[in-house]
Amino acid sequence: MFDLTGKRALVTGASGGIGREIAKALASAGATVALSGTRVGALEDTAKEIGVDCPILPANLSKLDEVDKLVPAAEQAMGGLDILVNNAGMTRDNLFMRMKDEEWDDVIAVNLTAAFHLNRACLRGMMKQRWGRIIGISSVVGVTGNPGQGNYAASKAGLIGMNKALAHEVASRNITVNSIAPGFIASAMTDELNDKQREAILGTVPMNRLGTAQEIAACTVFLASDAAAYITGHTLNVNGGMAMI
Amino acid sequence: MSDVADRVRKIVVEHLNVDAEKVTEKASFIDDLGADSLDQVELVMAFEEEFSVEIPDDAAESIQTFGDAVSFLTKATS
Repeated sequence: MFDLTGKRALVTGASGGIGREIAKALASAGATVALSGTRVGALEDTAKEIGVDCPILPANLSKLDEVDKLVPAAEQAMGGLDILVNNAGMTRDNLFMRMKDEEWDDVIAVNLTAAFHLNRACLRGMMKQRWGRIIGISSVVGVTGNPGQGNYAASKAGLIGMNKALAHEVASRNITVNSIAPGFIASAMTDELNDKQREAILGTVPMNRLGTAQEIAACTVFLASDAAAYITGHTLNVNGGMAMI
Repeated sequence: MSDVADRVRKIVVEHLNVDAEKVTEKASFIDDLGADSLDQVELVMAFEEEFSVEIPDDAAESIQTFGDAVSFLTKATS
C-alpha cells in the first residue's frame, strides 16, 4: 500500500519486539533497512526473517562514541539514509522519592540524547537530497505521565518536543519529523506484568486489549511514505483509545 | 575576479536561486539575497565541500556576506 522502494532506513532497537516489526514492515514496503541494536544475535535473526541483505550495525546507545558512528556507518553501507527510526528505548522505573541519579541519566541518555545525536547526524544528507523522514517512537506515558516512570516519561515527552522543534527547522527541505506514541503494546516489557497488573491496564484501554508491534510498524511505514508528506511535527497516538488526545 | 569568487558565486546563485549580478561583495545572504538561517547553514556546507575545508561554527557565523565568504575561503585555501 505504501511504497518505499529505493529508500534507505536505519532502525534503532531493531533487536526488540517493536523495532523488529518496524524493520520488517519497512523492508516489506521495499526499503533497504539497516538494523541497529545491542544484541547482534537478535539483529541477525531479524535480518534472516526479512530475508534480504540488511546491514547490521550493533551499537550501545548509552555510549555516545558508538551513537556517533551509527549514521555514517548506515550511510556508507546503503549509500545514503532516507528514513531514521529512533525506536530504541529503555526503562529504569522507580518512584521519584527513590529514583537514583543514574536511573534518570541512563534513561535520558538512551531514549533522548542518543535520538538527538542521530537526528543531528542524519540532517546533512537529508537536507542535501531534499527528502527525509525522521520518526521517533515515543510513548503514551510521555503525553500523560505515569507513576514510577518520571525518567521514562521525561525522555518520551522530550522526544516529542525535540521532534516538533526539528520539524519546524527542516520542513522547507522536505524532511518530516514525527513521533508515534504507543500505548500498551504486547512486548517483552509487557510480558513481565502479572495478571493483576495486566487487568488493571486493560481496564484503562477502551479496546480492552494490548496493541501489537505490527500496529506500530504500520504507522511507521505510513509516516515514512510519500502518503504522509504533508504531516510533520505530529504525534500519532496509537493506544486503543487509552488517551484520546 | 578570482577563481574562489567565481566558485562561491556559483554556489550562492544555485542555492539561493538569485541573479549572479545581485551577488556583490557587500551582499548579505540574509538581508539582500533572501536566505534564511537554514540556507546559511547549507551554504557553509556547500562551501566546505567545494573547497574541501572545514569551517568551524564561529567562523561560519562571521560569514554574513558574499565578500565574507570569499575572503574566508581565499585564506583557508591559500
